[in-house]
Amino acid sequence: MLIADAIAAPPSDWWAIAPQLVLGGTAVVIILMICVKRVDPGWNALVAAVGTVASGVFAWEQWRQVTTDANPRLAYSGMIAVDGFSAFLVLVVCVAAFLGVLLADQYFKREGIDRGEYYALLLFSACGMQFMAAANNLVMVFVALELLSICLYVLSAWNRDDSRSQEAGAKYLLLGAYSSAILLFGIALLYGGTGTTNLARMAEIFSENVTREPGLVLLGMVFVIVGLGFKIAAVPFHMWTPDVYQGAPTPVVGFMASGAKIAGFAGLFRVLETGLAAFEFDWQPLLVGLAIVTMLGGSILAIAQRDVKRMLAYSSIAHAGFILTGLASGTAAGVRGALFYLVAYVFMIAGAFGVVALLARRGERYTSLDDYRDMFRREPVLATVLAFFLFAMAGIPGTSGFVAKFAVFTGVADAHQWVLLTVGTVASVISAYFYLRLVVYMYMRPEVDEGEAQPAALPRVRWAPATVVALVLTVFFTIQLGILPQGLLDMAGKATLLF
Amino acid sequence: MKLNLFLTLSAFLFCLGVYGMLARRNAVMILMSIELMLNAININLVAFGALHGNLTGQIFAFFVIAVAAAEVGIGLAIVLLIYRNRASVNVDDVDLMKG
Repeated sequence: MLIADAIAAPPSDWWAIAPQLVLGGTAVVIILMICVKRVDPGWNALVAAVGTVASGVFAWEQWRQVTTDANPRLAYSGMIAVDGFSAFLVLVVCVAAFLGVLLADQYFKREGIDRGEYYALLLFSACGMQFMAAANNLVMVFVALELLSICLYVLSAWNRDDSRSQEAGAKYLLLGAYSSAILLFGIALLYGGTGTTNLARMAEIFSENVTREPGLVLLGMVFVIVGLGFKIAAVPFHMWTPDVYQGAPTPVVGFMASGAKIAGFAGLFRVLETGLAAFEFDWQPLLVGLAIVTMLGGSILAIAQRDVKRMLAYSSIAHAGFILTGLASGTAAGVRGALFYLVAYVFMIAGAFGVVALLARRGERYTSLDDYRDMFRREPVLATVLAFFLFAMAGIPGTSGFVAKFAVFTGVADAHQWVLLTVGTVASVISAYFYLRLVVYMYMRPEVDEGEAQPAALPRVRWAPATVVALVLTVFFTIQLGILPQGLLDMAGKATLLF
Repeated sequence: MKLNLFLTLSAFLFCLGVYGMLARRNAVMILMSIELMLNAININLVAFGALHGNLTGQIFAFFVIAVAAAEVGIGLAIVLLIYRNRASVNVDDVDLMKG
């Protein structure tokens, strides 16, 4: 009885979690809509799209306030950080969720698995990603990570009568839960070493130099990096990625590949740069090693793939390596590059998977490299759009992919990490091979080699308005960030200064 | 307080969970191994909470229990889905995609 009086409830600061509240609230509204009356799920999609836009507006307003008044603050007893870093990534999550909603409608109608709950789960997952971006406490990191992961497990198994989708769900769930447990063990050790789960407080403790158990903290740090390494699909923790990306419904993959990676990197940045900044000389070599094997592993393994979704999965692993490079450089320019890369990556990967979803046809039958033979003659517009995204991912100048790689490598050069820089350059050359190979298949290989199947003659792909909007947006921003990147680079720079 | 005893117990249970996760082929057993890992961490959290004399560890343990329940709920649903399709919960049978 007495204890209850002693604990004062923390003051509510609704504004600090407004974007998350809007997304979560929209998801609840969608569930209520379904409870009251099942309408065409397109309406649920519309509500979801409006919700993500509204959440983005709140995030933008937060971003504007934080950057103009320069008053990053903590809310809810230090659970939530409201700073440039969180507002920036919350905004990016809104973009990823918006694209995820737009790309889903046509696909699920075609597959005959169109149910409104999909959008609710997608929004809950996005809500978890946003909480992850804003988390300033290890409890929050864990709960947000689970919120986003559990929804994604369900979404990967969404096509529940398709055995590949089931398999993707099962593999993602088992390895995801395993990695969460490892992360949680790391968090427990960090808590044991410092006596707090608040990252800002943890940094204070280290700066006061009263570290009681550095061994515990270092061990915890390694566990946390391994646990989050699973989520961002860094080699050698990437085993689940190709299977899940190949088996899960393609729009889900587009959302998962962008959103889960944003969240994983947000958690990693926040834990390492805020909580464990004092141990920079301990975690930096780990990240450099991870970045090197991730870039090389992703690029080299992608060459062996004959399935386009699988190839894009390995390509997303390689991208994770490039983003890690920015963090591993330990410079503000590197982190700025990594944030820019995340945004560019969201548009590229969502667009690429959007096109692949259309070309795969009903039942996702046509995803092998041979099915893309002579695609330009059969589907000129889609082939050109896909080729454009592949060029962007390979980092051809004039696209956002080039600027992103350049921004990351600038940070690496600033830090004089020549090994990392060399490996990064070599890896991007290797990755250009498999991107361009797909382009060659689409444009220049009409003839069929002996023993290969002739691509099936199919009716032309039909376009739904939402899909068109999503593809136009992704193409536009991929070009725009390639030609006029300065605005976003400045934003990313501000996002790194404040945290 | 003998903190080491608790930490040793927790590390032992966690390793048992990791072993089960890697060695078992039955999906339900793998889920149980994950539960074992999470509960090992709970012991850790509560022991550290007692060491530091604050409530964070205990409260965190409640969160972990709730999340573990959600995770295992979804996990069993997905395992059931696979069982209906393949009449087997052996993870070695779930191998359509490789490479």
